[in-house]
Amino acid sequence: MISEFSEQVGPQPLLTVPDHARLNFDLNYFSLRIMSVDYQASFVGHPPGTGYPKLNFVEDSKVVLGDSKEGAFAYVHHLTLYDLEARGFVRPFCMAYISADENKIMLQFQELSHEFSRASECLKTGNRKAFAGELEKKLQDLEYTRNVLHNETEIQKNSNEKGYYTSVAIEKANELANVERCIIEHQDLLMQVRTYSHKKSREASYVSYEPDCDAEQPEVGLEQSLDPGGLPAKANWSNRRSTYTPKFTRAKSAKCFEKKLKTLEELCDVYFFTQTLEQLGNLEKSFRGDVCYLLTRQIEMKLLQQQRITSFLFEDCVAFSDEEQTEKQRHGYKPLPSHNILSQNVVEDPCESNVAASFESYKSCVESVPIKMEQQVNIESCHQAVADSIPCKNLQATLDLLDIEGKEKGSISSGESIEVLGTEKSWPNPIFAKSESQPSLQCQYPEVVKRKLVVTKRTNSEDSIEVLCTTESLIPEDLKASYPSAIYEEEPAVNNVEECGLRADAMQPFTSPQDANEFSNTNIISNPVTLSNLPEPVDSSCCTGKESPIFTESRPTLVTEYSDGIINVPPQRSKSVDKISPGDSVTQGGENGLTNLTADQVLTSCEREDSNLPGNGESGQLLLEDYLDSMSYISTSWCSDRTPSPALPTSPAKRLPGKRKKQCGKNALWFIRQYSFAQQAIFSLLSGRTLVVVGEQEGKVKKLIHALSMFVPNSGRGEDPIKQWVTFPLHIHHLQTWKLIGVQRIVSPVGSSVLHSLNRYSRYISILDSDNKSLRCPPYRGLLITRMADHRTQIKRGSTYYMHVNNLLTRVCSKAFLYTFCHHLHLPIDGRESEESVACRRLNFLKHHLGLMNDDGKIVQYLAELIKLHYLHEPAKGLNQVLRFAYVSSIVCKI
Amino acid sequence: MLKWLLGGREIQEPVEKSLVLCIGDEQPQNPYTELQVLKGHSDIVRFVAWIDDFRFVSAGDDGVVFVWNVQNGERLHELRGHSRPITAIAVFPLMYSSQPESHLLLTASSDKNIIMWDLDSGSQFHLLMEIPSSVKCLMIIERLDIWLSGGNEVCIWNKDAELLHKTMCFKDADVSSMIELPKNGIAAAVRKELVIFKLVAPSQESETWEIIEMRRLSNHEDDIRALIKVNDRTFASGSHVGELIIWDALEWTVQATESQFWNTAPQRDKQAEIKISKSPNQHEICINHLISDKENIFAAIGTGIYVYNLQTRTVIAYQQMAHDSRVLHIAKLANNQLVSCSEDGSVRLWELQELPPAEPVTSGLFSMLGIGRTNKQQSQMAKHKLECSVLKTLELIGDLIGHSGAVRMFLYFEDHGMVTCSTDHLIILWKDGERESRLRSKKLLQILEQDEQYEP
Repeated sequence: MISEFSEQVGPQPLLTVPDHARLNFDLNYFSLRIMSVDYQASFVGHPPGTGYPKLNFVEDSKVVLGDSKEGAFAYVHHLTLYDLEARGFVRPFCMAYISADENKIMLQFQELSHEFSRASECLKTGNRKAFAGELEKKLQDLEYTRNVLHNETEIQKNSNEKGYYTSVAIEKANELANVERCIIEHQDLLMQVRTYSHKKSREASYVSYEPDCDAEQPEVGLEQSLDPGGLPAKANWSNRRSTYTPKFTRAKSAKCFEKKLKTLEELCDVYFFTQTLEQLGNLEKSFRGDVCYLLTRQIEMKLLQQQRITSFLFEDCVAFSDEEQTEKQRHGYKPLPSHNILSQNVVEDPCESNVAASFESYKSCVESVPIKMEQQVNIESCHQAVADSIPCKNLQATLDLLDIEGKEKGSISSGESIEVLGTEKSWPNPIFAKSESQPSLQCQYPEVVKRKLVVTKRTNSEDSIEVLCTTESLIPEDLKASYPSAIYEEEPAVNNVEECGLRADAMQPFTSPQDANEFSNTNIISNPVTLSNLPEPVDSSCCTGKESPIFTESRPTLVTEYSDGIINVPPQRSKSVDKISPGDSVTQGGENGLTNLTADQVLTSCEREDSNLPGNGESGQLLLEDYLDSMSYISTSWCSDRTPSPALPTSPAKRLPGKRKKQCGKNALWFIRQYSFAQQAIFSLLSGRTLVVVGEQEGKVKKLIHALSMFVPNSGRGEDPIKQWVTFPLHIHHLQTWKLIGVQRIVSPVGSSVLHSLNRYSRYISILDSDNKSLRCPPYRGLLITRMADHRTQIKRGSTYYMHVNNLLTRVCSKAFLYTFCHHLHLPIDGRESEESVACRRLNFLKHHLGLMNDDGKIVQYLAELIKLHYLHEPAKGLNQVLRFAYVSSIVCKI
Repeated sequence: MLKWLLGGREIQEPVEKSLVLCIGDEQPQNPYTELQVLKGHSDIVRFVAWIDDFRFVSAGDDGVVFVWNVQNGERLHELRGHSRPITAIAVFPLMYSSQPESHLLLTASSDKNIIMWDLDSGSQFHLLMEIPSSVKCLMIIERLDIWLSGGNEVCIWNKDAELLHKTMCFKDADVSSMIELPKNGIAAAVRKELVIFKLVAPSQESETWEIIEMRRLSNHEDDIRALIKVNDRTFASGSHVGELIIWDALEWTVQATESQFWNTAPQRDKQAEIKISKSPNQHEICINHLISDKENIFAAIGTGIYVYNLQTRTVIAYQQMAHDSRVLHIAKLANNQLVSCSEDGSVRLWELQELPPAEPVTSGLFSMLGIGRTNKQQSQMAKHKLECSVLKTLELIGDLIGHSGAVRMFLYFEDHGMVTCSTDHLIILWKDGERESRLRSKKLLQILEQDEQYEP
């Protein structure tokens, strides 16, 4: 919703996104509410010492406010736009994101703020442009007026030879002087606008959208050339402007109240206006859904982003690229025309640094140099690490970093309102601020949540809590002081900390570099107290919402994922659950029983939950029972099923259509229950051996294919590895691309040649005979798939099973990633080392470090191979895939 | 397996299948665990030829020649110019003297054209139109800077594709293969006969090249199918009816004849052989391909492979039913390995192993000591002696199944594995999966390191 504090009618709503606002929502009332926040002191006017108005380029302020009467909470973003005809040339506007769920806004504050800043920036850019144009016209008008007046006076002077001035003449002269003053003022304004946008664009390092707008312009104006058409600067301007005919302005004619105020479209350039609308629309879309859903989706995306290297294997390709698209949009990748260069820089960055960083860190990690670091040292080194990547990442943030100090005041309206005054403007030193603001933010959010529910002895009133995150005040001493308290406060929730023998402050490393890479926290813990903490270059790809506390949740997951077998990591799920759940105390209760679960399991179950929980955007209040239910479910067993909740997320932003997921999972469940050799079949797929399903009935075969399709790794080249139904004899090159094939069995010459071809290539394929319910494939010995496809599994729901499998597959992928990019596994440490010893090391790594026994190693090796091929693949040459196989004997399994 | 697949409804496989040596799915010694299918040809691929360490050409009945990169299977060039099947190809060894280094390729086709290609640019270098007959073989004599084409006449060309000289026409016959003999001699196989030519280079007396027919050797009873040079002093030829004749390269006399390969099989296989002999026996004994290292001649005869020792004049190892059908091409690799490909669409890897029992060792010693005893009697007795003269065995260590048609030819790259071409229009690159995986890892890590350097 965009609202304006109109000079004439007071607060009025301007527009809403989406267009059809809810009928029962009183927009007028709410706009009054949000505009009533006296958010900034008056900057406009005549500062003492200056003769004419000075424009202040005011920063936006961001406020969260709630309204108990309406049951609505809003993130409110105030901004000012310039209008020549307005009082003090400014018109205050505000954009608000309104939601019924307070938590949602609180937790998404950083994202919201980021998105809104972008939108407002867009709006303001347009406004400045329009304003500048406006000023110019005005100037021309004034000059014209002056000329006319001048001439008139001259005429009067000449005509009047009596030597005295008539009153008319005096009036004229006064008017002339007035106009001249006006001109000077306007010229100054224009210069201010120009230089501002110029400065701004320079700081932001994006291309100025008006390249011809340089210092020359104002100077030229000052010359006060008599002939307006002869202004040399005019040549620079577009035709539209040069054809503009100056009109005579009467000095006093401009009475604001008589005039209709400009609409928002007029105020901003149309192009920018539509852009902004589009952005806001996107914003609204991306924040649709309830908190849980949003959070998990963010986590998911975050995780996916970090797993970009391996994600092509099992993630839905289309969905993923979609996601990247939206991700890009969120990053401002669909920028204003003026942002092009900036965005390109950023685009190129993430992947490389991602790879490089993880690789680098991993190397140092595996070489197992246990670094025992003081915490402070840690932070220091973090700073340094961050320093590299800061310039690029911080751009968006620095846009806001202007000389104006962020002042926030919040009106505490009703009992439940919480105000977060989280502007991170005016960092004295961005590097510093960065790493420090994060912990402080995180630490304080739990506080917020906590205090709301548990009445603490703090001096703050329990109803309204102010969290001030102005980071300039945070110096290391403060930091030290604030840490322990924050973390200690958390401690009751973090039960496992003690178990792992970690001091609470030892946890800090896990929370501080939030967007550090996967490996940042892969600490080798031989002795629980010794934490080898790796300073980590911050991944620049994660710049959206990096300050958001939510992403702490991603840490534990990743850590465990990448550390299975090597690293022992204190599970921090309590925090994550904390944030997900409004029913905090319940969560805690449930958690106490969770001591031996690792974080990712919980996370996954949360994710699973999420897909089952009601996901309508506005009615985000979760039933307590629901939570109890789900929590107890978590605590009982991670692979057990939970009582199904009827509603499925209806959000359109869902990545893979929930229905498909569910169907897929359902079929897979059916398969593993029905076919005792499911594990072998899945092993074939995961180890790259083509599985051929032979059958007479197409439907039956297709069902089997569908059931198995979720286990087929993608090659990452957009070729579908699944072929549902073929009726012709297979050739070797088919086996290269298709990994899961349905083949028709018919009694005919063609049919027998089909079978003969299968016979011929029997060493490359596993054959599942759907008619006789038998499978011919290599035997499987291992644990991985046993867990993945246990026919006695308790999971009853398709989507749950889908998530379960996805979880396990992701873990395998991360292992494969590790295996692929582990330097010394593939290269000799020194020149003398033989290939054999390297190979030996490779095997050992698989066996002992990744904990993969027997055939599980083959899966990882195959996936690693796919990763390698994917990244070495040069798309231009259009090379064929390779078919990898092993000479192993097959066995025939029957039900 | 097929039986299982067919659900037991099909009749039993013919008995003879069991005769062919089979290897199970477990082949620990088989290094080829990765394959890449190269598509491009639209007809039978008959030839693959080596260019350098990483390139090869393929040519076939579709008249198109492809240049491939063996490392990654990339198609480097597509040489189109022939309208009919290609009948012969030959790659010029690197020309280091004359022009800037370029690889040249000669292709002859049944459209009666010969094209000289520049392999580096993929362009036509020379086009020789309207050759009187279609050329069946091409031979490059680098030493003399000339090349020869054999159809129903033998022509000498120089590198600029100028005809230097040609022989008279053979009646009703084509030169099917040629080899170079010492002292500018050429041996050409023309149906049943071996014709020996002598090349006369330009000298003071004559300005032009000349080719003189020296002798016709008609020892073979049937068409000569294979002709190879063994060493500087000997060459060998094999015929359709299974005669292998070892010739003296200077005197053009017979050194040894072996014609009873099909009898070398021990008695126990006899019965089976009778069964098969219902099918035309010719196939069983036709010498399809001969190769040799300095000591042995390896012959692809019928469905079998035979190793003939030049010193002892005996077959020292054989595998009579090496394939389901005719063996088309064989090659000897390092470390005593042998590769054969066959019409049955498979490629098999063999290893020449010493027989473990003690008894043959003595005879092995004997044969080692008895160097130089070469006479006809011995070869006459060969048949008799064969049972005990088999000193080695050919062990099947692996087979490569991929093609669905006859494998015409293959090419072995030491560093990159094997290239096979087949009637099913495909070329398959067989690679050592382990090594490829290692190489990829290295490459990936290298790329990462480079990226790292560029990143601050």
